[in-house]
Amino acid sequence: MENRPLAIYGTPLSSRLLVGTAQYPSPAILAEAIKASGAEIVTVSLRREAGASRSGESFWSLIRELGAKVLPNTAGCRSVKEAVTTAQMAREVFATSWIKLEVIADDDLLQPDPFGLVEAAAILVRDGFNVLPYMTEDLVLAEKLIGAGCEVLMPWGAPIGSGRGLNNPFALQALRRRFPHVPLIIDAGIGTPAHAAAAMELGYDGVLLNTAIAKAGDPVSMARAFALAVEAGRLAYCAEPIPPRDMAEPSTPQLGRAFADLPRRA
Amino acid sequence: MNIEVNGKRRDVQAATLAALLEELGYEDRLVATALNRNFVRAADRQGTELKAGDAVEILVPRQGG
Repeated sequence: MENRPLAIYGTPLSSRLLVGTAQYPSPAILAEAIKASGAEIVTVSLRREAGASRSGESFWSLIRELGAKVLPNTAGCRSVKEAVTTAQMAREVFATSWIKLEVIADDDLLQPDPFGLVEAAAILVRDGFNVLPYMTEDLVLAEKLIGAGCEVLMPWGAPIGSGRGLNNPFALQALRRRFPHVPLIIDAGIGTPAHAAAAMELGYDGVLLNTAIAKAGDPVSMARAFALAVEAGRLAYCAEPIPPRDMAEPSTPQLGRAFADLPRRA
Repeated sequence: MNIEVNGKRRDVQAATLAALLEELGYEDRLVATALNRNFVRAADRQGTELKAGDAVEILVPRQGG
């Protein structure tokens, strides 16, 4: 299968790894980790700040120096109204119509609210946004979001920050097969490079993660590990893996085997 | 006038959103604003009058996942 380049809302990308910018031990490690990840898209947010601290300003200059394209989020929003207002504020500040849309329903699992998500997505698409919805892996929800005008979907692998990997590979695979031409990005729950590779081997177009790199003992090395895993998984998917079998199949030719004429058991 | 700024009640002199940003030291900063949960564009801050009890959000770029 041909390894066609990924495009998100018309923007071609050479890296299929998207990374978050939160929770790093220091701004310097954040910058080094983003470079090591090769990511061309990084997620950012809008938050309150005390008038005097100006930490938002130094963060924003750091991101601009890295030259990455930013994907603002509506993290923490718990209603359609909050998410829509936050998206509008983000569009002005970050000068992009891209929005990672989060409408959170459950405090323990940070599970997306599917109903609010569809409603907010429809409002934002009408307002000219390019919406990347953070969603559960539900097939019907995916259909509704596409109907609302989302051209990219971002189902969770597992709850945000849990590091559990792909909780429901069956449903994720069904989603992939049902929407072969929609860019699908696994967002959240990834813990190790193996999880990211598994997502890519399912045929997902990309992986978005934050905590697994930022909170690793060595974030810069982990960023590199994820870059390699995402690339390996993509190559493997395009190379068409063998189907699993229940029984063994000898890899060494049977023809010409010594002692082939002897009874199996002496 | 008593209003709420980023979740905290405070007395301010400013009569408009633009004046409030100046009063609070945000005048040269990259911020996004909302009034009573509605987005207010930078271009509209000058003409956005404040009244007692209003809730203003002033947000800045931050790290995100």
